[in-house]
Amino acid sequence: MALLAQAAPVLETTLVQLVKAVAIFAFILQVVPLILLLERKLLGRFQSRYGPNRVGAYGLLQPLADVFKLLSKESSTPATAVPWMMAIAPVISVSTAVAALAIIPFGPQGAWGGDLGLYGIDVPIGLLYFFAFGSLAFYALMLGGWASGSKYSFLGSMRSAAQLISYEVAIGLSLLGVAMTAGSLSLVDIVEAQGSGEGAFGMWFVIPQFVGFLIFLVAGFAETARPPFDLPEGDAEIVGGYNTEYGGMRFGSFFMAEYIEVIVISGVATACFFGGWHGPGPEALAPLWVVLKMFAFIVLFIWVRATLPRLRYDQLMTFGWKVLLPLATLNVLVTAILLVVI
Amino acid sequence: MSDTPYALSDDVIAVQRGPEPGGLGGAYRVFGATLRGLRTTLGRLAEKPVTVEYPEEKTPVYPRFRGRHKLHKFEDSNLEKCVGCSLCVAACPAECIRVVAAENTPDHQVSAGERYAAVYEINMTRCIFCGYCEVACPFDAITMGNDYELADYDRSDLIFTKEMLLAEPVERTPLRREGE
Repeated sequence: MALLAQAAPVLETTLVQLVKAVAIFAFILQVVPLILLLERKLLGRFQSRYGPNRVGAYGLLQPLADVFKLLSKESSTPATAVPWMMAIAPVISVSTAVAALAIIPFGPQGAWGGDLGLYGIDVPIGLLYFFAFGSLAFYALMLGGWASGSKYSFLGSMRSAAQLISYEVAIGLSLLGVAMTAGSLSLVDIVEAQGSGEGAFGMWFVIPQFVGFLIFLVAGFAETARPPFDLPEGDAEIVGGYNTEYGGMRFGSFFMAEYIEVIVISGVATACFFGGWHGPGPEALAPLWVVLKMFAFIVLFIWVRATLPRLRYDQLMTFGWKVLLPLATLNVLVTAILLVVI
Repeated sequence: MSDTPYALSDDVIAVQRGPEPGGLGGAYRVFGATLRGLRTTLGRLAEKPVTVEYPEEKTPVYPRFRGRHKLHKFEDSNLEKCVGCSLCVAACPAECIRVVAAENTPDHQVSAGERYAAVYEINMTRCIFCGYCEVACPFDAITMGNDYELADYDRSDLIFTKEMLLAEPVERTPLRREGE
C-alpha cells in the first residue's frame, strides 16, 4: 500500500500528461481541416470568388470530402523506392510537428483550477526543443524524397532541406533576442515576462523586439514553405517536391504536417511576441486569447499567400543568408548591448 | 544622349526606366510594394465575389446568339414551314444536316408547299453553329435558338430529329434584355 501511495502522484501526473497529449492531438485534428477550409475560402474571397461551396452548407464539409478522397486513393510505391523508409517518412513528419506543438502554452498554471498548466509540457529549454523538432522534420523530407527512388523527389527534398537550413539560422537568431529579453528559454516564462510589468518588459515583445519579430515572421514563412517561399513544391521545375511519389493518406500526412507547422509557428509567434495568453477578461479565458492570436497569424499566412508571388531560388538564398542572417545577428547584438546598458 | 554614336530622330522616345533594384532604397520600395499588394488583396475581401454560379445562375445570351436550332410551324394553320428543299444541306459547311423530302398529299398535308421534310436531322456533334442554314432557308423554317446546354451522355442522343427540333424547347437560357 505504501508503495502505491508513493506511486500515486507520479501516476496522476502521468495520467494528466496522457490526457494533455490526447487533447493536443485532438485539437490538431480538429483545427487542421478548419484551417484548410479557412484557407480555401479566404483565398477565394481574396481573389473575388467564393471558394469551395458545393459540399455541405457553405462548403463546410469540403475538408471531410478531401480526406475521404485521400483515404480512398492508393498509396503506391515506385519500384525503385525503399518501401519501409518511404512509409516511415510521413510518420516522422507528423509526429515531429505535433511534438513541437506540445510546448505552445495555452494558459498559465492554474488557469482552469488546480495546478494544471494549459500546455503539453513546460520544458526549461523550450525554444531549443522547438528548434530540435523543427530540425528533426528535415529527416522526414530527406527520407521521403530519397526513399521514393525518384530523381524529382530527391531534387525536391534537397531543395527543401537547403531552404529550411538557411532559414533555421535566421529564425533561431530572431528568437534569441526574445530569450535574452525574457531571461529564459521556456515559453511559459517568456509569456509570463510579457505580462509581469517589471521594467519595460511588461509589454508584448513585439514592441521591444520588432525587428526580431519581422525576421521571425519572414523566416517562419520560409520554414513552413508557405508562399512566397513555397519553392519546395515548384510544379513547373521539379514536378511536386519531396512528396511527388506519395499518394493517398501518406501524402495527406505530409500535407497535414505542413499545416501543423503553420499552427506551431503561429503558436510560437503568439507566445514569444504577442503576449501568449495575456488578454482582457478572467484568467480562464487564456486559451481563447491564444487561439484567437494564432488564428490571426494563420489569416496573415493566407493573406500573404493570396498576395505575393514566389521568389526565385537565388533570391531566396540571397535573402536568407545576406539579408536575414546579418539583420538577425545585428538584432541580437543590439538587444544584448541594450540589456546590459539598461 | 550625347554619347550615342548615332543621332536619335525626334520620334524615338527614350525608355522610362525604374529605379535600380537593390540597396536600402530598393528594400524600402519592395516593402512599400508588398504593403500595397496586401492592401489590394484585402480590398477584394471586402467586395462581393464576381463568380457567376453557373448551374444555378446563367449568363443571359444576346438575342442573336446562335444556339440550338429550331424548326418552325405556321401559327394559324399549324403546317410546317419547311418544304424539304435541302438548301440548308447545301449551305452547311459541316455537313451535319440530313433531309429526305416527300410529297404532300391532300389527306397528308404536312407543310405549306408541295413537298415536306420526311426526315430532318441535325447532328449536333458536327454542327459548328455558323448559322448558314438559317441564312439559306427561303421560308425561315429553321432558325438558331438560344439554348447552349447540349451536353449528353451518348453521341446518338445528339442527333436531333425533326420532332425534337419542332418541339417547343425547354427555355433553359435567359435572354439578355434590350440595352443590357
